[in-house]
Amino acid sequence: MAKPRRVSLFVTCLADQMRPETAWAAVELLERAGCTVDVPMAQTCCGQPAFNSGFRNEAREVARHWLKVFRDAEAIVCPSGSCASMVKVFFQELFEPQSPEGREVARLAERTYELTQFLVHVLGVTNVGAHYEGKVAYHASCHLLRELGERTSPKALLEKVVGAELVALPGSETVCCGFGGTFSVKLPEISTAMMDEKIRAIEASGADCVVACDGGCLLQISGGLTRQGARARAFHLAELLTGRVPEPDRR
Amino acid sequence: MHVTSDKFSKNAADALHDPFLQGALQRATGKFVNERLRAVAEYPGFEALRDQGRAIKQEALDRLPELLEQFEEKVIERGGFVHWARDAHDANQIAINLARSEGVKVIVKSKSMTTEETNLNHALTEAGFEAVETDLGEYILQLDDDYPSHILAPAIHKTKEQVADIFDRRLHEKNPPDAGIPGLNTIARRALRTKFLSAQMGITGANFAVAETGTIVIVENEGNAALSTTLPKIHVAFVGIEKIVPRFNDLAVMLKLLPRSATGQRMSSYTNFLTGAARAGEEGPQKLHIILLDNGRTKIYADEKLQGSLRCIRCGACLNVCPVYQKVGGHAYGWVYPGPIGAVISPQYLGLERGHQLPFASSLCGACYEVCPVKIEIPHMLLELRNRVVEENTKATGRPAKRTFFEALSFQLFAVAARRPWLWGLGSAIGRRLLRSKASGGTVGKVELPVLRKWTSERDLAAPAEQSFLEQWKQRSGSKGGRA
Repeated sequence: MAKPRRVSLFVTCLADQMRPETAWAAVELLERAGCTVDVPMAQTCCGQPAFNSGFRNEAREVARHWLKVFRDAEAIVCPSGSCASMVKVFFQELFEPQSPEGREVARLAERTYELTQFLVHVLGVTNVGAHYEGKVAYHASCHLLRELGERTSPKALLEKVVGAELVALPGSETVCCGFGGTFSVKLPEISTAMMDEKIRAIEASGADCVVACDGGCLLQISGGLTRQGARARAFHLAELLTGRVPEPDRR
Repeated sequence: MHVTSDKFSKNAADALHDPFLQGALQRATGKFVNERLRAVAEYPGFEALRDQGRAIKQEALDRLPELLEQFEEKVIERGGFVHWARDAHDANQIAINLARSEGVKVIVKSKSMTTEETNLNHALTEAGFEAVETDLGEYILQLDDDYPSHILAPAIHKTKEQVADIFDRRLHEKNPPDAGIPGLNTIARRALRTKFLSAQMGITGANFAVAETGTIVIVENEGNAALSTTLPKIHVAFVGIEKIVPRFNDLAVMLKLLPRSATGQRMSSYTNFLTGAARAGEEGPQKLHIILLDNGRTKIYADEKLQGSLRCIRCGACLNVCPVYQKVGGHAYGWVYPGPIGAVISPQYLGLERGHQLPFASSLCGACYEVCPVKIEIPHMLLELRNRVVEENTKATGRPAKRTFFEALSFQLFAVAARRPWLWGLGSAIGRRLLRSKASGGTVGKVELPVLRKWTSERDLAAPAEQSFLEQWKQRSGSKGGRA
């Protein structure tokens, strides 16, 4: 397959509203890898919150809008494992596979990628020239890990960060951070009990920062870290790779 | 038993505030998870084995009517009796009638989730029989008038101190100081031995029912199922119709999958293969009665999207890895089947009205699917059920039910805005401004606003950006970026 050079960025509503740095980091990584980045301005959300809450009719309407916005894209790249799985896995549940919309879903799902997967598996990039002097822990987000089955691409990128010491995070791949979308506010006590376990693991790892590939998990983990006065901070992997993460205080 | 599945969130909150339970859950699930990992790691083809397990159980479902008839035929050929029970009441009544006609007084039971499902003990006691659980965990619970909180380790929520107290109160046996768990085992063994010897009927479940031979298989570690099926003159087995496997050889796969997934054992201490009643000159029960139970299974069978949940072999692996189960334990789910698989099947057995909270008791992390020996797509089924709960809430009145009114309204507004970029932009700008007004030092602390209160009670919320990325991008690229 010819490497796509024209990339449409699916920003995700969380990065758009809460953390533009993530989206800028994604743009920078893609441009440095030689891609032209296009940002369709009519994009909003993929409908995941409605879908996960059982509101499929509403999710379907939002998905239709998404399909229209990204209709002409050559490759669609998104800095979130769960938003990418919404498009790649769950859109199929919303439309009859044999219908025109179902076929459109299949066509666009095939050209939609989570950011690290696109960099590593499609562009063949692992060394992006990143530098960070500190201890880094990686939290494997559940959707990237299990819906998209991705175990290697984030780590391949991390391993090439000059100066970074990768520390093992106990339960990195087995313990969910407890975010779960609307789960976090529907059953907040369970959600934060799960979060506490994640925070304890991060503290025990001695990491200066924890990185992940999903804005949802990061919202949860950073919310817990700051509330509990923990030392570590949580960032999107793309932010670490583009020098947007402050070096740890070495006093 | 008293069903409390519609109070999941309250049950869960209670569980989270119970330090004994938290300790017990952490120890037990942690141990099971590690043991399973070790047992899986030493079997290199385990992933392929899961595929085989899935294929066998799916074939059994695809051919279910035919295989059930074949099973019945084979059991009868070997001198057994087969009864078909439409629901829990039918099944219990069959057992009661059998016990009455045979003049039975004492019944020993080996562990069976199916008889928990039919609430058999209660029915037997009401009918005047003495029914004694002989699995140690189940026996403890029966003495304490409690019910299982784990498919496999039913008394996972009890500490050894609590067990000693139960034995003291109910059996008037004090565990000698320093006797510890072995001491408790001795007390239970002594009490149970007399029951085994005096029982006229043994009641069990079954892990597998082989259509080809009419064999039922019971996997266990305590030997109590072996005793329950050999000492009394009558053996009654409660078997859900989904327990069928087509061929005897299929057990070669299933018996590798089950113990490894369940307890991390290569093989359980006892695997009982029971084919027919004892013939002349053989030891064992003179009469074998197998009760094939529907109790809602045919309804699931006919449900294209959820049929796969009938593949479940009740190994409990999904409970152990589930971060929600690990925190709240089995009783929070409010009925017989807890954990991720319970969140899928309980709403089907109990109906959505009573089970409506359970599909939401998950962060959708997918750890359950990853360990399921028969690859049940639990997270996707939970999503399907969530949709049905929402539809059901709206269907009755044409309007969303009260408990979800605001949620339904929010998602309708969400859908309206998400299709109109200008409205989406406006709405989110207002939202960001509101959040920023509550922020200090880059984070939003405790805020007493709907929804936000639930987020911020135990965690901060990183303050949103002043300008959205799209606004920033527009500025960077001028008209170039605006292709909308």
